[in-house]
Formats: sequence, structure tokens, C-alpha cells
Amino acid sequence: MGDDLHCPIAADVDIVQARQMGRELAAQLGFSAGDQTVIAAAISEIARNILMYAKRGELLLRTVNDGARHGLIVVAQDEGPGIRDVQRALQDGYSTSGGLGLGLPGARRLMDDFEVVSEVGHGTRVTMKKWTRTHG
Amino acid sequence: MEVPILKQGHYLIASIQSALSDADLSQLREKLIERVGKFRARGVIVDVTALDVMDSFAVRTLRDIAHMARLRGSETVIVGIQPEVAFAMVQLGLTLKGVATALDLEEGLAFLDLQAKGRSDRG
Repeated sequence: MGDDLHCPIAADVDIVQARQMGRELAAQLGFSAGDQTVIAAAISEIARNILMYAKRGELLLRTVNDGARHGLIVVAQDEGPGIRDVQRALQDGYSTSGGLGLGLPGARRLMDDFEVVSEVGHGTRVTMKKWTRTHG
Repeated sequence: MEVPILKQGHYLIASIQSALSDADLSQLREKLIERVGKFRARGVIVDVTALDVMDSFAVRTLRDIAHMARLRGSETVIVGIQPEVAFAMVQLGLTLKGVATALDLEEGLAFLDLQAKGRSDRG
């Protein structure tokens, strides 16, 4: 496991930066062009969530290898208000922001693994993974 | 990153050149809606060929542009959505319902010409 790539999120331009970093890392790991786009889109949604709900936070990008496949891990963490009902926030059509972002459910559909840990008043950490596809 | 807006006949063509921040997208929306009136444009083409990702904000802004332009009497066509971008949009559950799309600039212009013809035939 290499060093984490660190991407602070505090303004809309940081979203662009974060998804470009994610795409580059995905390309290095051998993800298809389609998967690179999927990863970039998921990062965009999750980074926007940070801006909307917590105002600031950070994204960490990390690579893993399970022996057969490469994986890209995105950790999005903030010290914002937290999510009261995580299960509900993961349901489609549920948003407290007036329907601006598709937020968590959209990003979850794009990635292979998706985990949300949140504590009200302390913040939220979303961990999502995408694996390269094994061939043959 | 400012998006250049060209005027061609009765149409405005906004050709996105690179990744855009939310603020850039909002600025494009304002500029386009203002210019629809200024140039009495009948149609608007937004070329997104260079966009490598369309997230919820981008899609929402494009939808807003199309609906606002229509309220000002102008049809909008979004052209150049790349195959991977379309795939990710569908996965995300993003739609451009009620917004015309075309494969590329050429098809977009043909679509607007057809719309204009339909309008003049009616009367």
C-alpha cells in the first residue's frame, strides 16, 4: 500500500481537482476508460456532499491489491453535522439538500464496495472501493 | 475557465473546452440565457464533447439552461456526450428528461434547423 493521496475539499474547484486525481490514479492502476469515468463521477458526488453538508473536509485516495486485482479506495471524511439516519440517506430519493445532489445512493451504485460511518455532531466518513476487473 | 459562446446564424454555440467547476457552469448558464435575448437566438447548442465527467450538478445545470432558454423562446440541444459519460450518468440515475440531445455538433445543427422549419411551417 502506497502513501495516500490527499485532497482537501473546501471549494467547488477542489471537486474538479479531486476527480482528476482519482481518474489519473485509476488510469495508472489499469482501470478501463469507462471505469475511470465511473470513479471520477463517484468522487465528484461524494466531494460535493462534503461541500454541501460539512462545508469542508478531505478525500484520501489509496491503492490496494488483493493478489488478483488492483483496487482504488476513496475515503471522504469531514467533521460536519453527521448523518442522523445512514440507512435512509442511502435510499434513492432521500436528500435533505432540496434534491441537489444524488449523493450517497448514486455514488454507491457506481462503486463495488461502499461504507458509511457517521456520528451526529462529529462527522462522516465514506469509504468506497472499485476493483479492476479480472480477465478470462 | 470561461466557455466561449459563438453566434452562428440564429443559433448560439457554447463549446466547453475543459473540466468546469460548479461556478463555471453557473456562469455559463447566466451568460447563455442573457445572450439568447441579446442575439435573439432561436437555438442553443451546448457541446460537452470535452467533458470527461458529468455529475449531478453539471446535469442539473444543463437541464436548467434548456428550460430557461425555452422560456425565452429558444430550443437547446446538448451534443457530444461521450459513451463512458453516458454510462456513468445512467448508473448515477442522472437524466436529461425533456432536453434534446444529439450525437455531435452537426446533428445538433440539423435538429435545430428541423425545429425551425417546423415552426415556420406551422405559421
